[in-house]
Amino acid sequence: MFALAVLAAAVRAGTPVLLATLGELFAERSGILNLGVEGMMLVGALAGFVATVQTGNPWLGALAAGAAGGGLSLIHAVLCITLRANQVASGLALTIFGTGLSAALGRKFVGVPASGFPPEPVPGLARIPVLGAVLFQHDPLVYLSYLLVPAAWFALYRTRWGLEVRAVGEHPEAADAAGTSVAGVRYVCVAIGGVLAGLGGAFLSTAYTGMWIENMTAGRGWIAVALVIFATWDPLRAAAGAYLFGGVNALQLNLQAAGARLPVYLLLMTPYVFTILVLVFATRETARKRLGAPAALSVPYTRSG
Amino acid sequence: MIRLERRASPAPWAAGAVPVVAILAGLAAGAGLFALAGVSPLAAYAGLLSDPFGSVFGWSETTVKAIPLILTGLAVLLPARMRLWNIGAEGQLQCGAIAATWVALWTPLGRTAGAVPALLVAGMAAGAVWCLVPAALRAWLAVNETITTLLMNYIAVLLVSFLIYGSWKDPQSLGFPLSPPFPAASRLWVLLPGTRVHAGLLLALAASAAVWLILARTRWGFEIRVIGDNPQAARYAGISLARNIVLTMGLAGALAGLAGAGEASAIAGRLQQGLSPGYGYTGIIVAWLARLNPLGAVLVAFLLGALFLGGDGLQISLGLPIAVVNMLQGLVFFCVLGGEALAGYRLVLGRGRVAAPGPALQEPP
Amino acid sequence: MSASPPPPHVEMRGVTKRFPGVLANDGVDLQVAPGEIHALLGENGAGKSTLMKILYGFYRPDAGEIRIRGAPRRFRTPRDAVRCGIGMVFQQFMLVPSLSVAENVLLSLPGAGWRIDEPKAVRELAAQAARYGLAVDPRARVWQLGVGEQQRVEILKLLARGADVMILDEPTSVLTPQEAQALFATLRRLAAEGRALILITHKLHEVAAVADRVTVLRHGRRVGTVPARGTPPVELARMMVGRETLERVVREPAAPGEEALGIADLWVMGDRGVPAVRGVSLSARAGEIVGVAGVAGNGQRELGEAVAGLRRPLRGRVRLAGRDVTGASPLEMIAGGLSHIPEDRMGTGVAPRLSVADNLTLKSYRDARFGRGPFLDPRAVAAHARELAAAFDIRAAGVDAPAGTLSGGNLQRLILAREISARPRAILAFHPTRGLDVGATEAVHRLLLDQRRAGAAVLLISEDLDEILLLADRIAVLSGGELAAVVSAGEASVEEIGLMMGGSRRAAS
Repeated sequence: MFALAVLAAAVRAGTPVLLATLGELFAERSGILNLGVEGMMLVGALAGFVATVQTGNPWLGALAAGAAGGGLSLIHAVLCITLRANQVASGLALTIFGTGLSAALGRKFVGVPASGFPPEPVPGLARIPVLGAVLFQHDPLVYLSYLLVPAAWFALYRTRWGLEVRAVGEHPEAADAAGTSVAGVRYVCVAIGGVLAGLGGAFLSTAYTGMWIENMTAGRGWIAVALVIFATWDPLRAAAGAYLFGGVNALQLNLQAAGARLPVYLLLMTPYVFTILVLVFATRETARKRLGAPAALSVPYTRSG
Repeated sequence: MIRLERRASPAPWAAGAVPVVAILAGLAAGAGLFALAGVSPLAAYAGLLSDPFGSVFGWSETTVKAIPLILTGLAVLLPARMRLWNIGAEGQLQCGAIAATWVALWTPLGRTAGAVPALLVAGMAAGAVWCLVPAALRAWLAVNETITTLLMNYIAVLLVSFLIYGSWKDPQSLGFPLSPPFPAASRLWVLLPGTRVHAGLLLALAASAAVWLILARTRWGFEIRVIGDNPQAARYAGISLARNIVLTMGLAGALAGLAGAGEASAIAGRLQQGLSPGYGYTGIIVAWLARLNPLGAVLVAFLLGALFLGGDGLQISLGLPIAVVNMLQGLVFFCVLGGEALAGYRLVLGRGRVAAPGPALQEPP
Repeated sequence: MSASPPPPHVEMRGVTKRFPGVLANDGVDLQVAPGEIHALLGENGAGKSTLMKILYGFYRPDAGEIRIRGAPRRFRTPRDAVRCGIGMVFQQFMLVPSLSVAENVLLSLPGAGWRIDEPKAVRELAAQAARYGLAVDPRARVWQLGVGEQQRVEILKLLARGADVMILDEPTSVLTPQEAQALFATLRRLAAEGRALILITHKLHEVAAVADRVTVLRHGRRVGTVPARGTPPVELARMMVGRETLERVVREPAAPGEEALGIADLWVMGDRGVPAVRGVSLSARAGEIVGVAGVAGNGQRELGEAVAGLRRPLRGRVRLAGRDVTGASPLEMIAGGLSHIPEDRMGTGVAPRLSVADNLTLKSYRDARFGRGPFLDPRAVAAHARELAAAFDIRAAGVDAPAGTLSGGNLQRLILAREISARPRAILAFHPTRGLDVGATEAVHRLLLDQRRAGAAVLLISEDLDEILLLADRIAVLSGGELAAVVSAGEASVEEIGLMMGGSRRAAS
């Protein structure tokens, strides 16, 4: 029973990171590095929280969160795509700004409780032994994230748009010469990154914890960036990485709760250490297999001679 | 029709004008956000400006805030000259504070005349080690240092919590997470009596000069500059990338650690949470605004230190969280980036043409 | 009643294009009829590529007009040109390496629905390829293909879009002579179906081989349009260059001394996991120039990198002045007296934002004369730079100017100055005159011959067979990573060398 509870908790803990990772994956596949995921998640968390509290409707909250995250990402998009500014710097600025903005605007909401999505077990599927308890007794946002993974895979590999995204990220000159709008594709992908990051943040504040605290993402945005590398920019591996992270997180939380005699703060460090190890592993693996980042990642595109 | 046309090289007025205009633009945008937060922008800016510059005490407090910012700015700037991003200055700072606390409280040195130099050196060593882990991963395993340095920040903060809630907790602190106070011998000396301006200022200024000297007048600095400009050319010239990554990040970490040791020893007098309101992250902005120039970083650090001080004041007077300072910094950073990018363009009216970058950086058509 | 002749397929009138600092095209006229193969001839920098990029919609002209089949057109982006039936095969292929051939072709097809059906695309591509003699596997990833195969993919892309105006930019620069012949056959087949083909080239013999008419450009202006086969090559050369022959560099007979640079049974791994250099043995003696001829992509880059210390060989030995330096770092190679003129001068040879002075000291900054201990004396560096700039005629706005502001020729002079002033025992020169105009090319050739006279050994790796024939005392031909032969200058004819570049080995040795 402990194991099942941990697995179910792993799914819940992994969901915000999964959403953010999928979003960043699209942005990076199109060649834009967005290190502002942390800031977008926090802004989304606040927006979703406020909207849910004010309207009582968690779906409106999700909408607001997506809009907030997407809107913030557009600043990064304009700076990096149209103005060709340094993408690392812009992403860092976005994180600093988003963190500060959410903390400043959210001060009135600290301590205010919100009820997010009530868990809705999927009829039928929820009764499957083991899998049902782990996968199908969550709230709708989790189910949405389940659907997003294959949808992302299909979009990327089986649609024309996905082909354009991959081309733009690998060799924008070739895509441009083929008539694709490099900027257009990149804007859309960065916006997707922002919307999903915002949704991930909203899940944290409305569904996972039900409250707003300053800096509540605690680095999950950065973990998402690392997981994109672990995923070798593929949606299916991204899901694996996100749920793995969720598992580590859930495990240490449950160990704490179960009163294990391990120092709390050392346990809290495990997700970050885990992510560093994951990053080392992923880097060696991509080097070995000669898979790699999209070749044009973080390089601004100018149509030149 | 108005379009943007690329210049062959950035406009000459850019270097000076961009930071100034960008800061003003950022503050203007901040006014809008203040209004959104339900605060009068005028009151906020009045508070922000009057505190740091309104009195001698204000100036001294600005200096106090500038000291760690100079050091973290250098800690970001030096690796950035080599195209490495050290966003772990915050964690390196915390480790410096931990090491300083250890010397002050748990070694016999802590009560002797050698306490201060010892704890400063320990702080530098701890910061260097904390930065060397991502540096080694980058140098030998090609692991992206941007993410690893940042993740180490979270670990360092947790380490501080672990210590001050645990074995380093002050039994007399009534449950607050604090270490016992440093003995008097371990307190960093005050330079200006009546203020909190401490000897760290001299160290910070010396560090700025030292980094400048390294970059401009040594072979190591030459190698850093070549790597930063063209890593392939550096390799071709026989310059060792791995060695330079380790040395540069090591020094950077040491500088950030020094900042932490200084804050713990001079300002807080103990190890506690909130030693740094984000000096490590602001260091990134210091480095960028200073255009990676170690001497310019001093001036920028003072400006941003003033911003922090103003933010402190706003916390008291208007009930705004210190996070507004981060918000404003982020806005200014955006505006600087945008401004720099725009300086690479010029406005063309009417039917412009799609231009290509000049022949300078590419072969002739 | 006389029927008016059909309008030319392509007509460009008075086209002018300016870039910051250079007038690339100055009132150029061009007409190409349907079914015609039209050559656009000129030296590097004459404006041929720019003109065609305007036709393709990549650039917009400052003046002039374009008419396609008689109708005036204005292209804002390549998409407009593509819609008009214009296609272009660039020198640098516009192929996404990580995608498959079929995916690359699909990418260039406009509006074919939101789903992609790869099996169907593969089938159609295979049929198209067979029809025109363009052998390529539609499922292969582009990074796995050789350069000749990649070019075929580019052509297939154009065919898939139904291009009836096809522009090819220096297509044979990456092909062996035999592959070039196959290409010409394909081009003739394409033209016979009524297409207008424009071939950008700087090679005179190609013009006669495949073109119907030729337009010669020089310094951005049209010099004239003449029939391809009726005009003697000497006349074409004169139109191209403005004077009779290109250069008369005198090369004294070689008097080689001891071996300065030796390569013994060298095997070097390539980027694709397959050895790119297979058992190459070569020796360059003091006072001689050994030219390594071959089409790009046959192991030259890997060979050069292994000799320079930038790539570790799998097997074999490299000797510098008698000392074994196999697998040594670039630093050790530099210290041992090897100079390296890199293939890619902006990418590898120079740090563009650093000053000219810094770049001139790029390899020698460790010398004691530039500073004591860890310090570097900027005055010593600047003085040394000024000396070199004067000696090698490097034109820049002072030695403090960023190196990136130098023109191609001056940049190459900077690199040569740096490499040669170190008085090397051996020089590795990799495509040293690529992209340079005639004057700069002559200067480089003269410098290399001076070094040969001074007793250095020069290993010259170049795609330009003419350059090798001009300079080399001995010629090694690299094909598929192996040495097809090593001959003395004058021993083998151009055709024989071309055949060896294409893979056949010399009968006797």
